[in-house]
Amino acid sequence: MTTTAPPVAAAPEAAATGLPARRRAGRRAAPGSTRLTPTAGVGLGVALIWFSALALLPLIAVLVETSTGGWPVFWSTITNAQTAAALRLTITQALGVTAVNIVMGTLIAWVLVRDRFPGKRALEVLIDIPFALPTIVAGLVLLTLYGPNSPLGVNVANTRAAVFLAFLFVTLPFVVRTVQPVLAELDKSVEEAAASLGASPFTTFRRIILPALTPAIAAGAALSFARGISEYGSLVLLSGNLPMRTEVTSVRILSYLENGDQAAAAAVASVLLVVSLLVIVALDVLQRRVVRRG
Amino acid sequence: MSIEVSRVSKLFGDFVALDDVSVSIPTGQLTALLGPSGGGKSTLLRIIAGLEQADTGRIDIEGRDATRLPARKRNVGFVFQHYAAFKHLSVARNVAFGLEIRKTPKDQTADRVHELLKLVHLEQFADRLPSQLSGGQRQRMALARALAIQPSVLLLDEPFGALDAKVRKELRDWLRRLHDEIPVTTVFVTHDQEEALEVADEIVVINNGRIEQVGSPDELYDAPANYFVMSFLGPVTHLDGKLVRPHDVEIHTQAPVPVAGDTVAGGATGGAQQTAAAGPAVEGTVVRTVRVGFEARVEVAVAGADGADQSVEAVLTRAEARTLGLAPGAKVWLRQAPGSISIDAPAAAEPRELVAAV
Repeated sequence: MTTTAPPVAAAPEAAATGLPARRRAGRRAAPGSTRLTPTAGVGLGVALIWFSALALLPLIAVLVETSTGGWPVFWSTITNAQTAAALRLTITQALGVTAVNIVMGTLIAWVLVRDRFPGKRALEVLIDIPFALPTIVAGLVLLTLYGPNSPLGVNVANTRAAVFLAFLFVTLPFVVRTVQPVLAELDKSVEEAAASLGASPFTTFRRIILPALTPAIAAGAALSFARGISEYGSLVLLSGNLPMRTEVTSVRILSYLENGDQAAAAAVASVLLVVSLLVIVALDVLQRRVVRRG
Repeated sequence: MSIEVSRVSKLFGDFVALDDVSVSIPTGQLTALLGPSGGGKSTLLRIIAGLEQADTGRIDIEGRDATRLPARKRNVGFVFQHYAAFKHLSVARNVAFGLEIRKTPKDQTADRVHELLKLVHLEQFADRLPSQLSGGQRQRMALARALAIQPSVLLLDEPFGALDAKVRKELRDWLRRLHDEIPVTTVFVTHDQEEALEVADEIVVINNGRIEQVGSPDELYDAPANYFVMSFLGPVTHLDGKLVRPHDVEIHTQAPVPVAGDTVAGGATGGAQQTAAAGPAVEGTVVRTVRVGFEARVEVAVAGADGADQSVEAVLTRAEARTLGLAPGAKVWLRQAPGSISIDAPAAAEPRELVAAV
């Protein structure tokens, strides 16, 4: 208990805004309070250990590994034409896929929540299949369907479209699954209120429903982007891994590792890490802006 | 007439929500749609607002056929039981929403929002989010939001239903005063007969998808059209084959002398009758007395027509009960007070069904 707000200081302001002083002071004190109940303490401890062992330590290890090579190694690795092309391809494709997922995922979630149709249950289950399937199996399926011997007559093998397609396939469920529960919980009367105030269905969607869904969409988009840039299994077969053309970052990292160049592999991984972080932060900022604008 | 509802019916699957309902809502008044839950009153309100479509029938708002008009084109203010606040918008922007949709110039919108927030006593909360308001404050915000668009009619669906008793009473008084200040045609739905009697200029009693009676609070109370209306508008009890109000039951400790007189018939058959003179008294035994605040409730067992004991409830003031010295086991005579109203009770089985439906 170090930073409890003095109730005396809070009182005049509370009187001015009409809130009871006691409540206001209590709310003020809460964020500064460091008192934890024993159970909360144990919970926090377990969470921290778990998080450190599974996420924090490996992340630091990557950065440490990168730093052992020093700046010159790092710089020469990421400016290598082939690596730079792989990074560019991976990031732009992942961004594109995320954009598509934002639209399609929200649409599918909408259909699943708001519409009644035969086979709804089945679709509900099918959504998760791309996520559940081992990625190399997914790759095989994609190769059979959209490869040189495609029964559909669509051949995207060895093209950038193959990368896009594989990304789309594995990231399909993310936005759907984050948006669905939020949409299901939305109060219908809020939409009715907007309609009675004169809003068209489109305006109601844009100004009332979308802001409510945006945090969920952003969370799904972040997951989808992160999954996209790290994808390997589902695209290696179909994309052909042509250097400078269809080779993605994860393939590039693997070939560095196969050549025993751990520092270079770690350098590329660090770039991916930073990009992910930037995109997630950017999505959060964007999300807050949309919600505030309403 | 501001709102004309003509021959409206609405089915939800097999359930008849409204059955050939016609009613006129007078301009500039506060009208209550009163009835038990599931009786169809909310459905009627939602059909007037355009949030629900009638299966058959016609709705006119201010002389314009609105039957097929979507909600957003009806210029109707609607207030929901659970506030329906736009959670991501501040209080001021909630209120401004309808004006922004109508592309009102910014400075005009700001002025109007300020004026409305002042009216509902929320001006110091303009920048708060709805989640930072209490239930009563949220409902006042919702009311300001609905009034912002200067609606031709204001519709409120159980507006105080989600609030606790004290706040409900405050808001009820406040709504009445607000309406006297801005006399926009207002219809509100309630299942609370006290709320309707206290606030409304006119009450429409709805039950089982049908209108039971339309009238002022006094008319409804003094001349209920039927058994249902009388039993819904307050406590009732059976005395000598008639439905009477417990406070209209006189208790005597000695057999009173009957005074000859006729009952004055009320309106339609089955409607209320007014007793001009005191009739013969019925003998019974006090079963139990309960004191609630200033009143004393006395339960008296009376021999019924079929020989079984019937329970009659009487309400008197605490002082009266003390003077009479009523205690369980005491022998008393009951009769209907002169000038009070009663309705012939239907066959014995029916009252129970009606009570169950409520």
